[in-house]
Amino acid sequence: MEDCLAKKMEITVSEAEKRTGRNAMNMQETYTAYLIETRAVESQGEGQCAPVDSLWRRYSEFELLRNYLSVTYPHIVVPPLPEKRADFVWHKLSADNMDPDFVERRRIGLENFLLRVASHPVLCQDKIFYSFLTQEGGWKEVVNETGFQLKADSRLKALNATFRVKNPDKRFTELKHYSDELQSVISHLLRVRARVADRLYGVYKVHGNYGRVFSEWSAIEKEMGDGLQSAGHHMDVYAASIDDILEEEEHYADQLKEYLFYAEALRAVCRKHELMQYDLEMAAQDLTSKKQQCEELATGTVRTFSLKGMTSKLFGQETPEQREAKIKVLEEQIEEGEEQLKSKNLESRDFVKSAWADIERFKEQKNHDLKEALISYAVMQISMCKKGIQVWTNAKECFSKM
Amino acid sequence: DTSLAEVNSLSPSMPISPSSMINQYKYEDEPELRDLFITVDDPESHITAIETFITYRVVTKTSRGEFDSSEYEVRRRYQDFLWLKNKLEEAHPTLIIPPLPEKFIMKGMVERFSDEFIETRRNALHKFLNRIADHPTLTFNEDFKIFLTAQAWELSSHKKQGPGFLSRMGQTVRAVASSVRGGFKNRPEIFTEMNNYMETFSQKINVLDKIAHRIYKEEREYFNEMKEYGPIHTLWSASEEDIADSLKGVASCIDKCCKATEKRMAGLTENLLPILHEYVLYSEILMGVLKRRDQIQGELDSKADALANKKTENDLFLEEIGKLEDKVECANNALKADWDRWKRNMQCDMRSAFTNVAENNLHYYEECLATWESFLASQTVDLHVEEDSEDRP
Repeated sequence: MEDCLAKKMEITVSEAEKRTGRNAMNMQETYTAYLIETRAVESQGEGQCAPVDSLWRRYSEFELLRNYLSVTYPHIVVPPLPEKRADFVWHKLSADNMDPDFVERRRIGLENFLLRVASHPVLCQDKIFYSFLTQEGGWKEVVNETGFQLKADSRLKALNATFRVKNPDKRFTELKHYSDELQSVISHLLRVRARVADRLYGVYKVHGNYGRVFSEWSAIEKEMGDGLQSAGHHMDVYAASIDDILEEEEHYADQLKEYLFYAEALRAVCRKHELMQYDLEMAAQDLTSKKQQCEELATGTVRTFSLKGMTSKLFGQETPEQREAKIKVLEEQIEEGEEQLKSKNLESRDFVKSAWADIERFKEQKNHDLKEALISYAVMQISMCKKGIQVWTNAKECFSKM
Repeated sequence: DTSLAEVNSLSPSMPISPSSMINQYKYEDEPELRDLFITVDDPESHITAIETFITYRVVTKTSRGEFDSSEYEVRRRYQDFLWLKNKLEEAHPTLIIPPLPEKFIMKGMVERFSDEFIETRRNALHKFLNRIADHPTLTFNEDFKIFLTAQAWELSSHKKQGPGFLSRMGQTVRAVASSVRGGFKNRPEIFTEMNNYMETFSQKINVLDKIAHRIYKEEREYFNEMKEYGPIHTLWSASEEDIADSLKGVASCIDKCCKATEKRMAGLTENLLPILHEYVLYSEILMGVLKRRDQIQGELDSKADALANKKTENDLFLEEIGKLEDKVECANNALKADWDRWKRNMQCDMRSAFTNVAENNLHYYEECLATWESFLASQTVDLHVEEDSEDRP
């Protein structure tokens, strides 16, 4: 972790700004740009602050960066980006991408993404990542020049592999199962949490109606008037308090959302393993069948039924010269195939080893982060209860003076 | 100690007769001097060929001499309570008769004989009788005594004796007719003030009733969502190892808070909602009482006008007017006294109802706080244990 970029450089996404521009089809569009500020950290802490560098990036550039990282480091659980569109909203929250609260939460999410990458032992050393943070113009061209898109596996291919692979590493199968469960349970939790927030909002806000009525009622009461009036004020305070409470809870929801999206990253690593394993199995199968063909040609025995075998029986066999030629070609192919299989095997073993190392790192991070999130949730609930106790203690005093 | 405060809060501009003051002191401010205790319980369903109805058990315990026995147990149905209310209104047109629960609820899904409905009604009927028992004048009403003590057949036969259905109809018609005409020409200032007060009060109490129902509804919806929220964490804990305990802890906290919410809701239905509803009914009753006073005044006014116009001083006529003047004075004094009493009780009821709401909310938040604090303590203990074990070589 000593080499980690995060230790050497302070990174923040400090501002968000609405911009208008022309898109690829020369149509006007509105988008949000985010200001990334970086500053070198003085290791001695001499008190001299290095100058701040900054540049603007939009969400699509973050996406490009992440795609590049996912393709280039398929054995790494790449940190996810904050959601593209507002999801799991409850009625007060806007589903609008331009909504200032959404933009603010996205700004925080993007900063979090950059910090995650910068503190990853492998990813932080990537040059493209570094230039994302520091190179103002021409970054997109640099990324595309790496040709990473060509390395990307097609989704179809990956899906195919999922169904056809015979001997996947059991750990990856379990991991895939786990990531499915994680995704399902966190989505469910976020959905219900949003509904609970909605209802809680309702309970608090309706109490605000007391304020106005108590005030109007107090006008006709001699003795009860003061108590009613001041109790009404506390009801207003109670009703207003829910806004801050729920805003804080949104940050908790965002922490859970990050791991909802991490589940997808986990699945991607599992898919890569399946793909490699499938490739390996296909190559081994191909090699086996070629060896078999070779053997058959050499010995003249036909072990397996084949249309070719039948036609040669019907239309006459090949000449010995033809057979020799075929055997030679096959032997070359077999040699090639064995080389390929060896390297594929090595690749696969390396992949499994390094992927599993990162997965262990991820598991520890996940356990730590989620436990902290749950603790912070408890802290929020405690704060809400304390506020409630204060308001209702005050209200009770006013009511008892009625 | 509320007793002295209530006696001192009597406004000097409204003289109260000593006897009624003694009665008030006796029955409201010193519960130990109460000599009539009534409970309404044990609803039972009765099915006949014609109808299905519910009867309630009314138990009376008393040390009063006028009662032959010290304990009575009778069964009464809603019709009987309605009869009693009408008799009391007839006998004391300008006294504030406590509200009866409505015949049946139109809105909402509450079925006529659902358990919730029956319990709400039972509670309201219990309060109805006890308010009558606490009233300095109504408590000595003969029909009230018969209601509490007579066996079913005795009550039926007594009911038949009173002025018939038609005469009651006539009275209502007359009341409506005369309320249109008069009573506010010579209405004393104080009753105009009462009218104005009641108009505003009625408005506000209706709105409060709606607000309270809305709060109950929101709390119930919140409760329903919370029921689903906790178990998800338990489900999640099944896929986890390291954080399984934390997740289960959160699930348990949410479930406990859920139960606490249920208690809070129960507090509303047991206390605030019934009281607000009673005062909604009370506001209608009071408007009625004020109208009846005006109507009695109206009778006097029209006779007095007739005297002024005819200029015949018939002795019988003068006697009639004298009687009416007495009637008006009695009615006015009775209403004034009862109004003060009603206002004091209203203040007391509102104070206790809303204080109770505040207490319920306090208990709710205190319970939730304790739950989450103990969860937090358990989590930070674990963290310290982890840190310690890392330090060990």
